[in-house]
Amino acid sequence: MSALGEINLDTVTVIALGATVLGTGGGGDPYVGRLMAEQAIRECGPVTLIDPADVPDDAFIFLCGMMGAPAVIVEKLPSGRESLQAIDALSSALGRKITHIACLEAGGINSMIPIAAAARTGLPLIDADGMGRAFPELQMLLPTLEGISATPMALVDEKGNTLIIDAVDNRSAEMFARNATVQMGAGATMAFYPLQGDQVATALIPRTISMAYAIGEGLLRARSEHRDPVAEVARHLDGAEIFSGKIIDVLRRTTAGFVRGEAVIDGTGAWSGSTMSIDFQNEFLVARRNGEAVVSTPDLICVVDAQTAEPITAETLRYGQRITVIGAPCFDRWRSADGLAIVGPRYFGYEHEYSPFQSNQAKETLDVCL
Amino acid sequence: MHIGIDVGGTNTDAVLMDGTTVVGAVKRATTSDVLTGIREALKGLAEASPFTPADIDAVMLGTTHFTNAVVSITGLSETAVVRLSLPACSGVPPMADWPVDLADALGRHVYEAHGGYEFDGRAISAVRCEELELIAADIRKKGIGAIAIVSVFSPLKPDDELAARAYFETALPGVHIAMSHEIGRVGLIERENATIINASLLSLAERATDAFRVALSDSGIEAPLYLSQNDGTLMDVEFAKRFPVTTFSSGPTNSMRGAALLSGLKDCIVVDIGGTTADIGILVGGFPRQATTHVDIGGVRTNFRMPDLLPMGIGGGSLVDLESGRVGPKSVGYRLATEALVFGGSTLTATDVAVAAGIADIGDKRRVAHLDAQQVRGALDAIAQRIASAADMMRTSRDPLPVVLVGGGSVLIDGALPGMGEVIRPEHAGVANAVGAAIAQIGAEVDRVLTLEGKDRAAELHIVKSDAIDRAVASGAVKSSVEIVELDEVPIAYLPGDCVRVRVKAVGDLNLGSIAKERATA
Repeated sequence: MSALGEINLDTVTVIALGATVLGTGGGGDPYVGRLMAEQAIRECGPVTLIDPADVPDDAFIFLCGMMGAPAVIVEKLPSGRESLQAIDALSSALGRKITHIACLEAGGINSMIPIAAAARTGLPLIDADGMGRAFPELQMLLPTLEGISATPMALVDEKGNTLIIDAVDNRSAEMFARNATVQMGAGATMAFYPLQGDQVATALIPRTISMAYAIGEGLLRARSEHRDPVAEVARHLDGAEIFSGKIIDVLRRTTAGFVRGEAVIDGTGAWSGSTMSIDFQNEFLVARRNGEAVVSTPDLICVVDAQTAEPITAETLRYGQRITVIGAPCFDRWRSADGLAIVGPRYFGYEHEYSPFQSNQAKETLDVCL
Repeated sequence: MHIGIDVGGTNTDAVLMDGTTVVGAVKRATTSDVLTGIREALKGLAEASPFTPADIDAVMLGTTHFTNAVVSITGLSETAVVRLSLPACSGVPPMADWPVDLADALGRHVYEAHGGYEFDGRAISAVRCEELELIAADIRKKGIGAIAIVSVFSPLKPDDELAARAYFETALPGVHIAMSHEIGRVGLIERENATIINASLLSLAERATDAFRVALSDSGIEAPLYLSQNDGTLMDVEFAKRFPVTTFSSGPTNSMRGAALLSGLKDCIVVDIGGTTADIGILVGGFPRQATTHVDIGGVRTNFRMPDLLPMGIGGGSLVDLESGRVGPKSVGYRLATEALVFGGSTLTATDVAVAAGIADIGDKRRVAHLDAQQVRGALDAIAQRIASAADMMRTSRDPLPVVLVGGGSVLIDGALPGMGEVIRPEHAGVANAVGAAIAQIGAEVDRVLTLEGKDRAAELHIVKSDAIDRAVASGAVKSSVEIVELDEVPIAYLPGDCVRVRVKAVGDLNLGSIAKERATA
């Protein structure tokens, strides 16, 4: 059992808030996901959350989540039955019953879909995920680094159409699933990355659901106690404020099926006179202060409202917003050469080398500024 | 000439306008029947600046009547929600996230049926007549008076909602119907919520707009009546009867637009100080900057356009403690006229402090002569300081923007605001709301998803813009005055085919001339 114990109607809201922070600008608005998880808990009862250390070696696990356009998922909501059907289809294909569900990503709407799936199946949810944040493509998971295949995978739409995909590698799985998702109306539910219990220790990032809860809870508590909620969020991420100011420009364009863009922020307070630009491709990828990259993917760049610490996604960035940018270290495994090869700056088309972000780095810079 | 009326919770203000010039202005108490307050205000206006009713070309009215109905859960009809989406969407049933009281008041009559479209216009499933028959039978049996019809991607393809309406109109004559594609944009839950609220207000809207009309007729005015919408544009009475939900939050929008006219500024910070709170907003190009977060109405999440406002607990009725220098957030509110020291009451309010300092001349100033001059100055400085820091948070550029003060509580600020540009308190600042209603423009919005791959982007956008302009003209705008005031293009993530969601808003001046001409020929 995880320290959080179970996920119920009270805790799911808090997890959703923290998951929006961990979405690092992407992953879709968890609002719809939260409503789905709440509905599933209302109908089927709370979800048991298991600490990854307590997962037996012979456990059989699927990761669950949705693929699709966030702008479509807020209009055509899932039926709620897709996860069950995807899990059943993949279990049948593999001829083995699953014992646990885990999250594909800790950020955004996909933090919520597995909670709904666990409530409806009655299966326990493992307090862990494959990213420790949100990334845009399905091969960008820790299991890929461990040589674990994303497939066989099941892809299901609300009408009941079910595809089993068996791909030669995880990037191919991404390509086929992405195209099928468009045919399914730009929103589909997946069960994939079949894992053995003894693979959990290396293939999943531990206690990220608890972490989302801690971020959300800390944020709400700081607000109610009139303490600085932004500092509280940074503390839970083991991160630091890297900038604060007003958004003075947001550019967006579509390339190869992704939203790419840039937000420019004019510094205020301690950052007065400086400028920050943040590049995004669904998620925030690179934050540059006065032209110099201070945080790059896979480290976390989180944008929050400067007063309330309400997380702001790339889709909701707007001219004039007063925001604080928090940098935080990613899960250490992403910083290896093979990790950076699939989620580092170069994969996303940047020339610069990845330089690991440490939270004390920001403090030193701030001291210099002052 | 035309008349602007603002029916607020406390006061009903009326202004007589000749073009953009304020000819006369009055303030009267709002009455519980609304009608009497409007009648009194019009009577007062005729006494203050006599006019011939036949010279009035139009009456523009802003009201919080429908917002208050939802917030206080009074006068709402039980409403059936018909969602055409199966097999999609059942993961989140209608009204799942509503406050219990409000959902109970509407009866929780929820029906999910087949229908709706994919983002690209393919059908999710066909509407099934047998399902509509069963729903109609149940609505008839329960005697429900209003229906909200919602289908997936109806803002892109409204066919299923139209088919369902046609069916229910025949099967259930006299039932009020609202369709979601006419009310909101893409985003099912928020659009559905607004549609349900709208449907529940339809019966009240018929009664209220009739009462507004009667109040005008009683005053001899037969000119067309328009109501203000949340975005600062006008709708005619027929439209208001069908879309009462669009009046929500029109008050702050009107006061900001009124501030723009009275000050002659298009880019400025507007501080609207009332009895209990001050609302701070920003005008960009003469229009209020819009809020980016979701807007809750009575605890229900919607995606309406609302001005971006920073409210703070400072107003003319705010309680003042001179020892600590604390002002607000508690206020005597509408009891100011009896409880403030200058009106013979026993509560020290911000208004008393302003009178004591000699910057306002209200009530009996001898009753505040005993207050310590230094403490009085300290309290006023604290008010100015707090409003200045809040205004600074709303500012988007380093350049100091001018600040326009409006509202009855604007007397609390006499000099400059620290760190801000020029501070202006225009004439008629107290009735900026009614002025804003009077000058509101007429507009139309189009929200559409375009597939741009292999197409000429400029040409595709031009079609959307032309549609928005045509809709604005159809609503009564002068064609030559219509401008595209907003063009928001958001790429849809993950989709190939270069899909973008485009929102275009066209706004123009209300064609008062043609109204006068139509009336002359009629």
